[in-house]
Amino acid sequence: MRQYPPKPEKAYFFGTCLVDMAYPKAGMAAIRLMQREGVRVIFPPEQSCCGQPAYNSGFPAEARQVAEKQMEIFDKPYPIVVPSGSCAGMMRHHYPKIFGNSPLRARAEAFSERVFEWSEFLVHVLDIQLEDRGAPMTVTWHSSCHAAREMGVIGDSKALIRKLKNVTLVELENEHQCCGFGGTFSVKQPEISEAMVEDKIEDIQQTGAAALLGGDCGCLMNITGAMAHRRIPITGHHLAEFIWERIHGD
Amino acid sequence: METKDTKRVEKPFDFKANVIKALGNRQLRSNLKFAMGSMTAKRKALFSDTAAFEALRARGNAIRRRALLQLPELLEQLERKCTENGITVHWAETTDAANEIVLGILRDHGATRVVKGKSMVSEEMHLNRFLGDHGIESLETDLGEFIIQLDGETPSHIIVPAIHKNKQEIARTFHEKLPDTPYTEVVEELNAIARKTLRKKFYEGEVGLSGVNMAVAETGTLCLVENEGNGRMCTTVPPVHIAVMGIEKVVEKLSDVPPLLRLLTGSATGQLVTTYVNMITSPRKPGEKDGPREVHLILLDNGRSTILPDEKLRQTLQCIRCGTCLNHCPVYTRIGGHAYGFVYPGPIGKILTPQMEGLDRTSAIPTASTLCNACEEVCPVQIPIPDLIRRLRNESYDPDGSVCGHGVKRNLAETAVWKAWALVNRHRALNAVGTRMAGIFGPMLPRIGPLAEWTRSRNRPEFARKSLHDMAREEGISDE
Repeated sequence: MRQYPPKPEKAYFFGTCLVDMAYPKAGMAAIRLMQREGVRVIFPPEQSCCGQPAYNSGFPAEARQVAEKQMEIFDKPYPIVVPSGSCAGMMRHHYPKIFGNSPLRARAEAFSERVFEWSEFLVHVLDIQLEDRGAPMTVTWHSSCHAAREMGVIGDSKALIRKLKNVTLVELENEHQCCGFGGTFSVKQPEISEAMVEDKIEDIQQTGAAALLGGDCGCLMNITGAMAHRRIPITGHHLAEFIWERIHGD
Repeated sequence: METKDTKRVEKPFDFKANVIKALGNRQLRSNLKFAMGSMTAKRKALFSDTAAFEALRARGNAIRRRALLQLPELLEQLERKCTENGITVHWAETTDAANEIVLGILRDHGATRVVKGKSMVSEEMHLNRFLGDHGIESLETDLGEFIIQLDGETPSHIIVPAIHKNKQEIARTFHEKLPDTPYTEVVEELNAIARKTLRKKFYEGEVGLSGVNMAVAETGTLCLVENEGNGRMCTTVPPVHIAVMGIEKVVEKLSDVPPLLRLLTGSATGQLVTTYVNMITSPRKPGEKDGPREVHLILLDNGRSTILPDEKLRQTLQCIRCGTCLNHCPVYTRIGGHAYGFVYPGPIGKILTPQMEGLDRTSAIPTASTLCNACEEVCPVQIPIPDLIRRLRNESYDPDGSVCGHGVKRNLAETAVWKAWALVNRHRALNAVGTRMAGIFGPMLPRIGPLAEWTRSRNRPEFARKSLHDMAREEGISDE
């Protein structure tokens, strides 16, 4: 079990490249929720990507260059909060590995100690309380593989959902099965990826939920893109954006 | 009885074509879904105590690592002990050499009929085909192997070779391929048909051939687990027993066996112990009433010794062939084993096949993973399969790699794309321009390349006009 620090005065926010490009509102909601708990959120504008796309595609040297850049940018000893289990997993568990035995390894290890997935940070460090002002609704939750297996934070994400008193969470039957995104996998093996997301959608439909929540925008982009393609009227939301709207009665 | 073996005309390996064919087979999809659900549930029930399981697999990992670190010494010790026990030990660098050794032993005994227990190493050797070419009947006696041999197929799973078939398909095979066999879908009746057919064959077999789950250097013991008793029949009824084993399967001590067996059977079939656990230490001794008069052990390398020196890739050789990574793999459970095109499918195949066959032919296989980590989570000996998949992806592009066929993809445009990506993601201005362009031009991009693949089953991603960088700046989020 991870040891968590007390609530800090300041925390870094690493937005991730996908949130930056496609889900900026989720990123803002995640920042606002941290600010609401009295944390001064620092968003270094030089930040870009965690490096995972290159790392997973077989280009560790390119990943290392980008990782090194993030380590330079997020250099102060504040916690680094990431609204993605996958990017957080990359920064927490893979950064030390990609530097091998180079002099940067020790720095990468110290860096990775400061990395927190967003919902984990809200639950364990901020001990956030939420007042739900939304209408009653049923949702389901998609566990991203890396949030589950690298970060171990699925319990935290669900704990946040359960703090919303008008929201009923119906879990997926095969919650821990991959949705088929896998970064470049989705375009290198599009047929297998499609077969996987089809099964995921079927599982989602079985729950009868009106909305799908997730903590990783890669999975959300895959699943909601495939649901929209099939004209299935279930919406997908990053947990941060969903919570922000619920506590404001939207 | 008709038996066919692997088809002779081998088409070049085309993973994409295999995948499309497999995914188009709805029956296969549903067979796999049903079978895997049941296997993973049994395993989960057996290893329900997470802390105990983690401790056990740490032990399994330590045993396998210790064995691989002293592999040459342990193999020599195994040879010495086996020889002392009366087992004849043979070394084979290649599968051709191993096949010749088997043939030589058969010829020494004028044998033309072999009964076989299940062995993945014999699949590496394509032994049935080789023996068939030399006029020798080689009969699979494991039920699953028996079924697929009748259909001229290869195993689609390491442990459950006929997992891709359901009982209706098996009923049809028996009815069509075994003389005087009425069509029946009753499982007990299907078992009885196989049993009746095979029982006679065990007594006619002149040589029994088996695999080895692990061999103990300390005592010269060959361990073999199975549930049908066919393994015990193959290794005790015929006068000659030949065991084939990959050189990595040796362990140091007898006390290494119980934890590994617990991990193996629990992971493979969710069993505390299999129905039969065979510990073979010698041929029949004077005064004993049963057992073979000769036991041969063939130690096959087939590329394993080239994997050994690299401390990362070496972990591939820790594998105890339980097959649980297949059962938990979201890709394997969609496409089945045959699509992988070589002997070992699923996650373990994704790391083992390229190293055995060369990346020049197999570089597509490591791309077939979402790196979801399900395999790593269940591997009983803690092989970091996702990390090794990443390594092999890297080897595919790396002209200075160490795996056979490395650098095969080095000239692809992808290499330049990632270099550009690294540049953009280290320079704020470039990154901002890239993000803005995605927001503006994203909806207009033609559907070619990766976008074409993405949009075949999904709507295109919607890139925001205003990035999080823009919003954070506008809303005054501190940048210190």
